[in-house]
Amino acid sequence: MSDQATASQTWLEVSDDAASLVLRPLGDWVVSHAAVIDQLLNHLDTRGRRAVTFDLSHLGKLDTAGAWLIYRTGRTFERAGAKVTIAGATGPQATLLNAVAKGDRPVRVEPHPGNIFTNLIVRMGHALEEAGQTVLSLVGFFGLVLETLGKTLVNPRRLRVTSTVYHMEQTGLNAVPIVALITFLIGAVMAYQGGDQLKKFGAEVFTVNLVAAGFLREMGILLTAIMVAGRSGSAFTAQIGSMKLREEIDAMRTLGLDPMEVLVLPRVIALIIMVPILGFIAAMMGLMGGGLVVWLDLGMSPQMYIERLYSAADFWDGAVAFIKAPVFGLMIAMIGCYEGLKVEGSAESVGQRTTASVVESIFTVIVIDAVFSILFVNIGI
Amino acid sequence: MEREAIIEVRGVRNQFGSQVIHDQLDLDIYRGEVLGIVGGSGTGKSVLLRTILGLNKPAAGRIGLFGKARSDMTSAEERAVERRWGVLFQDGALFSSLTVAQNIQVALKEHLHLPQYLLDEIAAVKIALVGLPVEAGPKFPSELSGGMRKRAGLARALALDPEIVFLDEPTAGLDPIGAAAFDDLIKNLQETLGLTVFMVTHDLDSLYAICNRIAVLAEKRVLVTGTIDEMTRQDHPWIKEYFHGPRGRAAVAAKTRNAVA
Repeated sequence: MSDQATASQTWLEVSDDAASLVLRPLGDWVVSHAAVIDQLLNHLDTRGRRAVTFDLSHLGKLDTAGAWLIYRTGRTFERAGAKVTIAGATGPQATLLNAVAKGDRPVRVEPHPGNIFTNLIVRMGHALEEAGQTVLSLVGFFGLVLETLGKTLVNPRRLRVTSTVYHMEQTGLNAVPIVALITFLIGAVMAYQGGDQLKKFGAEVFTVNLVAAGFLREMGILLTAIMVAGRSGSAFTAQIGSMKLREEIDAMRTLGLDPMEVLVLPRVIALIIMVPILGFIAAMMGLMGGGLVVWLDLGMSPQMYIERLYSAADFWDGAVAFIKAPVFGLMIAMIGCYEGLKVEGSAESVGQRTTASVVESIFTVIVIDAVFSILFVNIGI
Repeated sequence: MEREAIIEVRGVRNQFGSQVIHDQLDLDIYRGEVLGIVGGSGTGKSVLLRTILGLNKPAAGRIGLFGKARSDMTSAEERAVERRWGVLFQDGALFSSLTVAQNIQVALKEHLHLPQYLLDEIAAVKIALVGLPVEAGPKFPSELSGGMRKRAGLARALALDPEIVFLDEPTAGLDPIGAAAFDDLIKNLQETLGLTVFMVTHDLDSLYAICNRIAVLAEKRVLVTGTIDEMTRQDHPWIKEYFHGPRGRAAVAAKTRNAVA
């Protein structure tokens, strides 16, 4: 059944006299030859025939595609006013021809597409509405988390300790190597690039101030939050989302377990505790990265570097980061769980929600960071 | 009558770690029959199905497909064989990002160069064949009921007009009316299209209604094969329990009622 054989083979014998046309299919009329046969049939002149006969006595195999082609051609002739007869069909072939006749109805392959401009406006509207809804329900969810947290504080025995510790390990301990490596490298890059610029003013000693202020206040905790959002926030969404798909969440509710208490709270608490710790590690590694570059590039000894660090940074530089860190952790965990609980329908939804979770939590982290910056400047720390 | 075995399973051994699922398992599937596979939970019915389909590589043994051993085939030959069968997975396993009609067209588009209008016409024919309404074409799998998903899955399995279809618990999860309708559909299609059907099932009604031959999986191999009448005469305790238990008797009663009606 090579392609050459397909091309050179005769599929249809046409005997034509004045008014009647006899079509004699030859060979196997099956789906793998359907394209060629379809072309042949399309070239037939359907006008002005009185009688058309399909003689199936020389036909080899016939499948639904072949039967459909015969049926469709017959129908075209009939619409043009001819009388169509099918001769020489075996029992199974006749059954098949009858069966495909039921498929003679146009089927839409995709949902109705609609006008492209209206669609654009409709989609923009939907996106806007959805964004608004998300903000509203996130605020609602935030309240729910706080309520559950409050109830657990009143009655600490309700806290799932095992689950919380497990998530602390997953999101915190296991994230240490990657967070440490990345912040170390960024610290080195910052010192290198900053030092390069400051050299032009002969102020390269202030590279230390750059690294200290940058890492202690902003970069350390921000990088940590972004990495945790990508690493753990997305995992929360995918875990809870697939549980939702398999109706595990519903099963929990029917057993009298509160998903907020069982699933959400341990994750939220884990991140509230672990993000500050990771942030501390990140800041230290950033300072070490910067210190290495300052040592190699500017020839400032480590002792000297540490001394200058003390004078460059004050207590609040470090404290600011630790005020922000738990808030970031709370937001990332909350958004991750919220999006997970919103999964519905199919596996595709898990993917969409995971993406939304990462985008939303990084966005929220940066917005909150900006708000904190303004706040801290205004109160003068 | 000489029967042509289109699939031959010989001496197959499957094991996961130290747990042996199949050992020295032999099975033939003959052209044009409806073969039902039964067995207790954990006897490896689905593993057998996956082994025949090549989704699971057996630890030992030979799988003959259309007269040639899989191990002797080039990858092109394997592709060609795969076009000669269709599979209905338990919950349809439809691609969730495609509509029903697009699901049916996937294999056609991949393997054949057909114009779009012909693809659409073929999809319409398949949708009609499995008894779905026209409106199902542009719907996504998540918008369908369980019964409709199975029908859509069957339509996709039939896309390339296969000679043999593999059905993994086709009536599981359907209500009795839906299950009976699905049995009818399989029987109808089998007669219309001249299909060979390999069916893993727990549904005794299906076994009575449509299977010509039954293979019982137990003790890590195919214990016996035969018609349903032969099964009811077996002495093996599990088979006896299976066919003469309360559900077995109910299925016989239903069959007799239908025969009278």
